[in-house]
Amino acid sequence: MSTPPPDVEGSGGSGVTRAEYCAVACAEVFRGDGEVMASAFGTAPALGARLARLTFAPDLVLTDGDAALVAGVPALGVDPSTLLLESHMPYRKVFDTVWSGRRNLIMMASQIDRTGDQNISAIGDWARPKVQLVGVRGAPGNTVNHPTSYWVPNHSTRSFVEQVDVVSGVGYARAEAAGPAATRFHEIRLVISNLGVFDFETPDHLMRLRSVHPGVTVDEIVGATGFELAIPDEVAETRQPTPEELELLRTVLDPRGLREREIRS
Amino acid sequence: MAAVRAILRSDLTDLTVVSYGGPDVGLLCAAGKVRKAVYGFVTLDSIPTDPHFRAARQAGAIECMELDEGMFYLGLMAASQRVPFLPTRAGLGSDVMVVNPSLRTVVSPYDDGEELVAVPALRLDAALVHVNRADAKGSGQILGPDPFFDDLFLGAADRRFMTTERIVETDHFASEGPLQSLCISRLLTDGVIETEGGAHFTACVPDYSRDEAFQKEYVAAAGDPEAWTAFTERFLSVDEPTYQVAVGQAAVERKARIAAEKAAVGAAGPGENR
Repeated sequence: MSTPPPDVEGSGGSGVTRAEYCAVACAEVFRGDGEVMASAFGTAPALGARLARLTFAPDLVLTDGDAALVAGVPALGVDPSTLLLESHMPYRKVFDTVWSGRRNLIMMASQIDRTGDQNISAIGDWARPKVQLVGVRGAPGNTVNHPTSYWVPNHSTRSFVEQVDVVSGVGYARAEAAGPAATRFHEIRLVISNLGVFDFETPDHLMRLRSVHPGVTVDEIVGATGFELAIPDEVAETRQPTPEELELLRTVLDPRGLREREIRS
Repeated sequence: MAAVRAILRSDLTDLTVVSYGGPDVGLLCAAGKVRKAVYGFVTLDSIPTDPHFRAARQAGAIECMELDEGMFYLGLMAASQRVPFLPTRAGLGSDVMVVNPSLRTVVSPYDDGEELVAVPALRLDAALVHVNRADAKGSGQILGPDPFFDDLFLGAADRRFMTTERIVETDHFASEGPLQSLCISRLLTDGVIETEGGAHFTACVPDYSRDEAFQKEYVAAAGDPEAWTAFTERFLSVDEPTYQVAVGQAAVERKARIAAEKAAVGAAGPGENR
């Protein structure tokens, strides 16, 4: 078991909080990206995209969450009317961007399975769901057009399931079955949860444990996962934020500490 | 939303509602007007799901066609262009193709031979849109940052109606916004109706944003049959001018309630908050 970081309460001390590990893990989704539009849902993903832009992915293009691309890198929770805008990105142009592939996305998942299928539509039978969620939204189109990753802030056997109830975002097996038009631009890059980071870098594209967040054990992750995870012999720890990254997270991007409300240490 | 409220008061029923969608779908479900809903999502944005739509789905009360939101866009565009379908990758491999067994794929006739989703045209009997300004001949001006899909809904429909915050003289448009804000031409509209506050409680920026407090009351009322009856009597069984007055009164009552609560907290002293 890894040693938990000291002083994980809040963000004021020197210790790195779980929420900060999650933000840095989300930033890694954008490493190597050139000029693509970053879309990120949830607090850790929103921080991750901004952090990547300020450090190792300087050409990343950020949105104002409404109908524009922003020139700078806004802190979380700032008044959108104060942002410097650089381009018009109304709803219908988002589809042009999605279908052109110039986008990298972190969506949330109510359920995700070992093939990378994601569900945000409904829990239970689609025809008469036990719980109606928001609907498939853009997940089907996103996943077959550009890299897609997922953020699951509540890792449990209810979110990491053997098979999702309604395939909204398309995983590897379903894309394969749908044929070359579906696999051509398909990539489920990473899954980041409050416990660890996962990828599909196995011969059969089944979900693999990529790293555990410091303070989390492999057993804990296995116990909270409703399917058999591929687990390498040596499991890495999610990397430490650099001092520069921590400074950016705490003083520039999220001075109000919104990240600690999403993931409590 | 004013047009939706008018439908709630009418004897129209057995509707197929095609919406991206929001509380319009929920309100129509609550009134038992919906036979079938066609949508990419139904959300209140700041609140993830609409309570009436959720209840209708969970009761199996309505037929549904759930599409990827890009497929929805292409369906309107196909109808608008009078072609039977438009091709896309969106939908391939997803349960959209499973839960909508009528959807078909199409094989590219060119050398690539790709098999794509053929999104069917979403032809509409009638379209209802709401814009910031319009003139009496039916040109519309959208002053917010996003023109959304209003022109496509109109283009996809046989009968096309536009409600507006204000009907103005044509020569007034230029003082409100640039040429590209005039994004609904009169080629696309059959009728125009002035109804101020007509998008309430959704947003019509820059005239007004979403009425979050009212939306919360809508959601709270939806969770309790007695409260919903009271909500219906006060806001939905009345004509549009009465609705707008009732909304104003409800805001005043809410403010007074909050002020009273604050005063009570102040009297209780520090540390007693909440």
